[in-house]
Amino acid sequence: MGNLSLIIKREYLARIKNKAFVIMTFLSPLLVVGMIFLVAYLSSLNNDEKKIIALHDVQELINKELPNTNQLGFVDFSNLPIDQAIMRADKEKLYGLLYVPAVEDAAISNPNIEFFAKEAPSSFLVSDLEQKISRIITDTNLANAGIDKTQLQQAQTKVNLQIEDFDGQSTSKLAGYVKMIFGGAAGYLLMMFIIIYGNMVMRSVIEEKTNRIVEIIISSVKPFQLMLGKITGTSLAGLTQFLIWLIFGGVILLISSSLIAPNEPGIVSAATPVDSDEIALLFQNIMALPLFKISLSFFIYFIGGYFLYSAIYAAIGAAVDSETDTQQFMFPIIVPLMLGIYVGFFTVIENPHGTVATLFSHIPLTSPIVMLMRIPFGVAWWEVLISLSILFASVFLVIIMAAKIYRIGILMYGKKPTYKELFKWLKN
Amino acid sequence: MNLLEVKGLTKKYGDKLALDGFSFEVPKNSIFGLLGPNGAGKTTLIRILNQITQPDSGEINLDGRPLKPKDVELIGYLPEERGLYKSMKVAEQIIYLAQLKGLSKTVAKNRMYYWFDRLNIKGWGDKKIEELSKGMAQKIQFIVTVIHNPPLLILDEPFSGFDPVNANLIKNEILTLKEEGATIILSTHRMENVEELCDNIALIHQSKKVLDGPVKTIKRNYRSQTYEVGFHSESAEEITRQLSKNFKVQPAYFNDITAQAKLQVKLNDHQSTTSLLQFLIDAKVEITHFSELVPSINDIFIKTVEQHG
Repeated sequence: MGNLSLIIKREYLARIKNKAFVIMTFLSPLLVVGMIFLVAYLSSLNNDEKKIIALHDVQELINKELPNTNQLGFVDFSNLPIDQAIMRADKEKLYGLLYVPAVEDAAISNPNIEFFAKEAPSSFLVSDLEQKISRIITDTNLANAGIDKTQLQQAQTKVNLQIEDFDGQSTSKLAGYVKMIFGGAAGYLLMMFIIIYGNMVMRSVIEEKTNRIVEIIISSVKPFQLMLGKITGTSLAGLTQFLIWLIFGGVILLISSSLIAPNEPGIVSAATPVDSDEIALLFQNIMALPLFKISLSFFIYFIGGYFLYSAIYAAIGAAVDSETDTQQFMFPIIVPLMLGIYVGFFTVIENPHGTVATLFSHIPLTSPIVMLMRIPFGVAWWEVLISLSILFASVFLVIIMAAKIYRIGILMYGKKPTYKELFKWLKN
Repeated sequence: MNLLEVKGLTKKYGDKLALDGFSFEVPKNSIFGLLGPNGAGKTTLIRILNQITQPDSGEINLDGRPLKPKDVELIGYLPEERGLYKSMKVAEQIIYLAQLKGLSKTVAKNRMYYWFDRLNIKGWGDKKIEELSKGMAQKIQFIVTVIHNPPLLILDEPFSGFDPVNANLIKNEILTLKEEGATIILSTHRMENVEELCDNIALIHQSKKVLDGPVKTIKRNYRSQTYEVGFHSESAEEITRQLSKNFKVQPAYFNDITAQAKLQVKLNDHQSTTSLLQFLIDAKVEITHFSELVPSINDIFIKTVEQHG
């Protein structure tokens, strides 16, 4: 086995045997799923509480049609004057009182219905009530006007504009959201991975330096091999974690969603009434995404972006003696990453192929994030290829530069170097 | 036959000269002492030999041919600042570092058990370094240095961190390794170890070599014709006064419970040991102590460094 593969193996095992790694890998998907369960459970608790609402509807405009459900119940207070009805509702600790004033005209055009409650009612409840009442009154109005409801429904047409670009690629508003979410998640995940694993590389370099074992190792291998082995081994640990999350999280989410779905139909319908057509459309849109292209480019851009940044992290680790000294050097890492995220979230979403988005998807320090966010919106393969070429050429350059700082830094103890000194090391 | 020949080694760090035309030879199967005050350039020299640092100019020959990158496998290096992976298990660590020196896993394992036996540390393989005492970790460090049977060992302060018992154990191991054919470069500030172990030495001072050669020759060159004399006589003071007229006499402090007079006597250029002894015999004293004051490496070190400012 070559020395480089020995180092890669050791670094990889050192990372994945680490307790923090094991805990983070297996606990965080559980945590995420646990959170989803908790939120679902808490909101179901909320809904389980049946709300009783008093109804004051002298002309019986709506009360016959209002159904008692598991979540909502109605009691009729119409025989009381309205002010007494309100007082009684308060005394009996009812959730609220729905007041439908008497109208003169049979056809109700703009009913002045009021809802009284001790506390401000939830917006879900309000919109639910509004929908119910509006349906009842509309039906009444239709009947009064002598229009057959079924005929009307048949005559109504639902229009969904099929949006297509000039190349004939179809898109829609929903598809836009799906792309945004997929691209944004991929870009954000990439940034998190770069920061987490870049930091691991840096900490491991500092550890070897303060431990002084580095001198023994570089009496056997070249510093460049050690640095490259460390970065590669750590990246493999990162990919391992990513894979475990993908499998683990996928399985658990699948199980949990099938567990939640039949029990809690209220959650989905209360939030946004989505009919089955729209869910099908959502899936259709997800499937229509260039999923393979997204996964492949996530993989390639992760490799490129990660190597670019961890080479810098390794150089920083070599230049300092302890983690507290790293702060001043973090700036050149965090700023471009943040820039990538902000450019991604603001300009790519607004105009995925605009000048700013295109520019930043070619600058190597931001391209892994920005290009990943653009890819779901469809980027020509040659454009991706140019961006990747620039990225990997820079990776090559940065690794050579980082190795120069690393080589000198790991044997320097004591004073924290300034940027000027680092520059001098580079020229060496 | 020399195992290592170094010619005109020069290394600059910026404007600072760390090594200035340094040359020396290490005979095969010997122990070579590398001495010098702090900051003289020893670490730079050792790092160049280990190919951690590249020299600006100069030549290094190992076993008669120029040093090449692969030769790191022929060298065992014990740095002054010790270090191992704290959270890695002892056995994993030794095998990993041995593999980096070119051993196969199986051979590395066998050699490791052999050394566990030899240093009386059986059953430590599964411990982590952070669980060991400093002395124990030093033993592991020593094993890491010698596990690949290197023909050349470079040991920087090998005894620091050991208690006297273990220091002695390591000293004997070094001597055994020499018997088994290894050549050893020993860098240390402990002059008693140099006297005891080294066949040859070189002294670096301010980046330059100021002294080198076999320990015996150097000591002979630094002889000062001085003797320690102890005797018993009723008129000791009178005899001392007369002695002072013929020789350079100083009071001396050595261990002799019977002597009434303890003196350090330096011969003048034309005088011999016999003339001093003859004088004492003629004075009819009872000689209880007579020995040549041999310069210690420690004295030579201090004297040489002071001479060169």
